[in-house]
Amino acid sequence: MDFIRNFPLFTIVLSLFSSVLCMMLDGRRAKRYTVCYECFLIALSGAVLWYVSVTGEAFTYVMGEFPAPWGNEIRAGILEALLALTFLVILLCSVLGGWRFLLIDVEHSKINLYFTLINLLTAALMALIWTNDIFTGYVFLEILTLASCGILIVREIGRTTLAAVRYMVLNLLGSGLFLLGVVLLYSLTGHLLMVPMREAVAEIIAADGGAITVTFSLAVLTIGLGIKSGLFPFYFWMPDTYGTATPTSAAILSALVSKAYIFLLFKIYWRVIGIDVFQELPIHDLLFGLGILGMLFGSVSAIRANSIHRMLAFSSAAQIGYIYMGLGMGGPMGYVTALFQLIAHSVTKSLLFLTTPRLARVSGDSLLFQNLQGSGTRDRSAGIFFTLCSFSMVGIPIFAGFSAKLFFAVAAVETGKLGVLFATMLALAISSVLNALYFLRTVIRIYTAGRGGADISAPRIYAEAHNDIDAGEPVPETRTLSGRLSYWIPALILTGINLFLGLFSWVTVDVIQRGLMMFA
Amino acid sequence: MNVEKFRRWLNGETDLMEHMLDGKQGHDLPRQDQRRLQREAEEVAVVRMGRVIHSERRLFSAWYRVAAVLCCLTLMAVFLYMVAHITRYGAENPRATEVAERYVERGLEETGAVNIVSGMILDYRAFDTLGESHVLFTALICVMILLRRDRKNMRTAYEDYYRIQEEDYFPTDGDSIARRVGGILVPCILLFGVYILLNGQLSPGGGFSGGAVLGAGLVIFASTRGDGAVDRFLTKRLFQRTAFCALSFYSFAKGYVFFTGANGLENHIPKGTPGAILSGGLILPLDIAVGLVVACTMFGFYSLFRRGSIGGELGEDGSGNARTKGE
Repeated sequence: MDFIRNFPLFTIVLSLFSSVLCMMLDGRRAKRYTVCYECFLIALSGAVLWYVSVTGEAFTYVMGEFPAPWGNEIRAGILEALLALTFLVILLCSVLGGWRFLLIDVEHSKINLYFTLINLLTAALMALIWTNDIFTGYVFLEILTLASCGILIVREIGRTTLAAVRYMVLNLLGSGLFLLGVVLLYSLTGHLLMVPMREAVAEIIAADGGAITVTFSLAVLTIGLGIKSGLFPFYFWMPDTYGTATPTSAAILSALVSKAYIFLLFKIYWRVIGIDVFQELPIHDLLFGLGILGMLFGSVSAIRANSIHRMLAFSSAAQIGYIYMGLGMGGPMGYVTALFQLIAHSVTKSLLFLTTPRLARVSGDSLLFQNLQGSGTRDRSAGIFFTLCSFSMVGIPIFAGFSAKLFFAVAAVETGKLGVLFATMLALAISSVLNALYFLRTVIRIYTAGRGGADISAPRIYAEAHNDIDAGEPVPETRTLSGRLSYWIPALILTGINLFLGLFSWVTVDVIQRGLMMFA
Repeated sequence: MNVEKFRRWLNGETDLMEHMLDGKQGHDLPRQDQRRLQREAEEVAVVRMGRVIHSERRLFSAWYRVAAVLCCLTLMAVFLYMVAHITRYGAENPRATEVAERYVERGLEETGAVNIVSGMILDYRAFDTLGESHVLFTALICVMILLRRDRKNMRTAYEDYYRIQEEDYFPTDGDSIARRVGGILVPCILLFGVYILLNGQLSPGGGFSGGAVLGAGLVIFASTRGDGAVDRFLTKRLFQRTAFCALSFYSFAKGYVFFTGANGLENHIPKGTPGAILSGGLILPLDIAVGLVVACTMFGFYSLFRRGSIGGELGEDGSGNARTKGE
């Protein structure tokens, strides 16, 4: 049974190997291999989750012969295992659900390279979740950054290239700031592993004028990861990035990549700075404010958006604002809720990004609202899942979004600060109304009878336009049984998780609470 | 003008490179005509935009400059302040040097490498280096996706036509002086690269630097002797296999060491006599693997930027021409 302790290592090293292997396979084999491999990884991380909840304590795993503080280390607790499991399920669903569109969007000779990047991304996600060393965090953050640019650029149309360049510039700025933060913390503490670093930070804070240096380095680090994850003033890269990527990439980028950055930040607050110290620093107030501003401005931008992908992207900015609000609010419940929202949003947004291309598909491949009119009746399954996800985003009971908002309100009460309480309640109220405004408007629109883009007979024209790309290949058809299954299975899984999070939210919250207890 | 363009780009309203990347503007026009048309279109656009945004622009550009200067000044102040407050290394801050001291004092004994840096990156903190070598691989894959030519790529027959024409004037296999000098230099460079690579555990050097020298040697060879000369021995298949073998060897070797180390098992890897060429346990084979990956990456970048393929593989259809997609 103790063999399960090796599984976190396997998830990282085998993913790295899989990436190189996928380069050698052809496209379809690489996809098949990746799907099987992701299932295997899900089993591994499920086993880790089971193991840590049975033993009731987190374990560290020395990478090599040299224990901390000399060698690298990874660490697994309930929280890490839960996130790894969720991320892998979402990754698998995104790969399955977006496969048909991948065949259209990606040049066939490069599909194996796409899966190479997906596996590298998996390795990076796993490493960021398990790592107990801040510099390992930086190295795999680089892989994550490059791989996410790669899965964006793979569509090879002018717009995605431009979006990828902008995404990369901003991401590298974020990485640079993060690295500066790490360097500053390293020169203060002399350590890179999280536990010795925290001890050193505690000493520095206790000394005269030490707090200010820690605050500055932490601020630089926070801004870096804030840019990468789309915190309030830095969310303007989102619409192009999420809106132009192929559906699998959009789902992965919005649901996993930005969340991995947030989790790394969370880990640094808890395990490098120490959460008690962090709550004394002014940074958490800043995060609280920026989170609320993100919620409001993201929603306002989403209302003004003219295409459905831009709307979803801006709504991501708003939802990430919720997470940062939870981080800034503090208190045991605040952190739990932030993590709950992180999972809830990943599940919902990934399905939304997998669904909208199907609505566009029956509307002349247009993502503009005026063309989407009536698309819910033309593709009924996509319409249903879009509606369900919208309900979750708006915060209608029995869905995950509702529970998240409820817990934010509870957390605000528990902080016992009147200002925080009022600000949170007001922000939640306004943001919910704004969410309802743009999501329900879209739901009504896709069910309103109308010309829309329907008369364009999209699949045919699209097929003709792309005939020379898919020479010799049949045009991927969404109406065949396997085509439907490849959408229905991931959609049902993600909706199932969403309903589970909504109906049995206390189970998840309980797990997260236990995870947080062994996280510090 | 540029600031306004930048602002519109920031808001996602425009494509700065719209006409440059899509490859949609008449490819069969002669180059002169195309340039003229493009210039005219740009002039019209400039005039039109200029009217609309004239007032707005000034405000924005003023605001932008002030904000940029303020940001830079703030960051400078923050970092200067930080530098002034960081405790000095050494006696004043014993904790900060605790780890480094152990590396210096016991590195030779524990890793078997005379070069402590190698011992540190490939033994103490090998996991980070495992990630780092895959960063290079990720970059290579991204560049491959972006630049390797295929039916969907943005390079067109139009570009190919002019490229070939230019190459007739400036042949890629260099003139006689370059060929001669290259012939003398390349073997020395490659030999030096191998030396750096194999001596990583003994003297400054190792996989990353040795691989870079090897890669540079290959690049010089390709640019003095022509791409065809490299294609004769470095095919796409060989390239892929090298990268595959090197990286998977790295992953599995290090995975094995991590596994045995964490489970308290004996790993049966001899450390060797410090100072001998076969010493330092896994450091030498890992250096070779890293070196191969770095050399592959460097040459791959060169080759992809230069002609959009690696090892003479021209598109998946094998023809090397008629990639006229983009209309």
